Amino acid sequence: QESQASGLPEYIKIVEVGPRDGLQNEKVIVPTDIKIELINRLSKTGLPAIEVTSFVSSKWVPQMADHKEVMRGIERHPGVQYPVLTPNLQGFHSAIAAGATEVSVFGAASESFSKMNINCSIEESIEKFEEVAKSARNMNIPVRGYVSCALGCPYEGNIIPAKVAEVSKRLYSMGCYEISLGDTIGVGTPGSMKTMLEAVMKEIPLSALAVHCHDTYGQALANILTAVQMGVAVVDSSVAGLGGCPYAKGATGNVATEDVIYMLNGLGINTGVNLYAVMEAGNFICAALNKKTNSKVAQASFNNGTI
Amino acid sequence: AFPKRVKVVEVGPRDGLQNEKNVVPTPVKINLINMLSETGLQVIEATSFVSPKWVPQMADHTEVMQGINKLPGISYPVLTPNLKGFQAAVAAGAKEVSIFGAASELFTKKNINCSIEESLERFDEVMTAARAASIPVRGYVSCVLGCPYEGKISAAKVAEVSKKMYSMGCYEISLGDTIGVGTPGSMKEMLTAVMKEVPVGALAVHCHDTYGQALANILVALQMGVSVVDASVAGLGGCPYAQGASGNVATEDLVYMLNGLGIHTGVDLQKLMDTGTFICNALNRRTNSKVSQASCRL
Repeated sequence: QESQASGLPEYIKIVEVGPRDGLQNEKVIVPTDIKIELINRLSKTGLPAIEVTSFVSSKWVPQMADHKEVMRGIERHPGVQYPVLTPNLQGFHSAIAAGATEVSVFGAASESFSKMNINCSIEESIEKFEEVAKSARNMNIPVRGYVSCALGCPYEGNIIPAKVAEVSKRLYSMGCYEISLGDTIGVGTPGSMKTMLEAVMKEIPLSALAVHCHDTYGQALANILTAVQMGVAVVDSSVAGLGGCPYAKGATGNVATEDVIYMLNGLGINTGVNLYAVMEAGNFICAALNKKTNSKVAQASFNNGTI
Repeated sequence: AFPKRVKVVEVGPRDGLQNEKNVVPTPVKINLINMLSETGLQVIEATSFVSPKWVPQMADHTEVMQGINKLPGISYPVLTPNLKGFQAAVAAGAKEVSIFGAASELFTKKNINCSIEESLERFDEVMTAARAASIPVRGYVSCVLGCPYEGKISAAKVAEVSKKMYSMGCYEISLGDTIGVGTPGSMKEMLTAVMKEVPVGALAVHCHDTYGQALANILVALQMGVSVVDASVAGLGGCPYAQGASGNVATEDLVYMLNGLGIHTGVDLQKLMDTGTFICNALNRRTNSKVSQASCRL
């Protein structure tokens, strides 16, 4: 196998965050049936994990107000995980009642970001997540932990790798099976990605790490490649690159799933995902949102008529 | 380990503008090049001495060459497809020229209506004249990671054409992923083959971002020791083979990555972004540089 010879992982799990992280950061509110259709189409592409929605107060995130309907309305394909965000115990209970079988909690490596985003300190947020983790453990529900601002913060600027490692370790110790390290504003480069991962890998086993790169500065694929070269085997991405950056008006956000898969295919790394099927799902949601895709692979392929 | 320094070859005024729909007036081209000359870039591809019948955008090559401020320490190479173009370029003041080969027979046939072998014979004339005039020649190899007509291109073929051009006297060979289909996998395979025939110090990569792979491909090239990278300010220049798709990688995004890696380029990113803003306004288009897009509200 080509990838084995080069020291790269043989298989990489793609975590599709378009329906949640993507849509949440789109201006247009998407009707419930469109969300469900998108998720159903994604379920047929071979993606192993699709982040469905967020059980947060609709006052804060109107886009995710229909979380119950979406959760109940989607087709659940065997072998596919459908995690949902649960910021606190209340959201967790609501998610379980709606049929969720995996949840995610969102921490941050920046105090300022934590304060601005969820109005509490990192420590206070960890305490809330611990409640969720405890309930989840009792119910055998896996919990994924996110660490935002892993490579930089819109308020604090530079973030030290040791802080990322510290927060990651707290989330991992409370029982999160996987820690997704997020370059929230996309400022990271292969240099800062490497330094950050080296620090985190001292505290967390490699197999429990994921990267969640934003393409705001065009660095996402180079950063993902760096992570993959270091052995990271879980990558978050968003179909059609849905979801702009709330911190830089007009700028892009999530890296496009299509572009990630194209790169991994070229490296001989297995993802189990059908690129063309993802492009079609991307085409569907962009038409529904009346917007152009952020995926360069999709742009090039649909214009060329070939892949 | 990465190189400590990377030479960025700015191709916006030629490769970039040549692939833009709108024809740019001569004073705008000259101003673009002059602004680029203030950014710290050491090499700026200024224009192309081809027949205006083929490339109307470059019809003003003599005026541009004569009109720009040529700052000391900066090289302003120009394309010369044949001896006639070479002579016109030298007469207009050019001190460095470039020739364009390809690793694909079909692409060569469609692009310049001859075989690879015939194209190299034409270039031989240019090489002889350049040597006599002490003018350095840079060689480009197109389609190194894929061809719009042939599809897959063998790494061995790329190595063969590169070796021929290097042996003819080109001081540097720029390997071009013309349609941007390459990935870190194919980049590595291709470079491994080429590096058996041409010293890495004489190699450059010219990546297109049509499939979003450019920076990842450049990263791999750097890891293998390549230290010359071509790019285009604001990512000017679409892809003529995929309508509406992007082409050249944006110089701003490249410099941002190199800065983050602690690699010295000598380029002032802010001045570069300002230059990108200028040319995009003149072209009445949005930038293709994500760094520019993200920073514009700062």
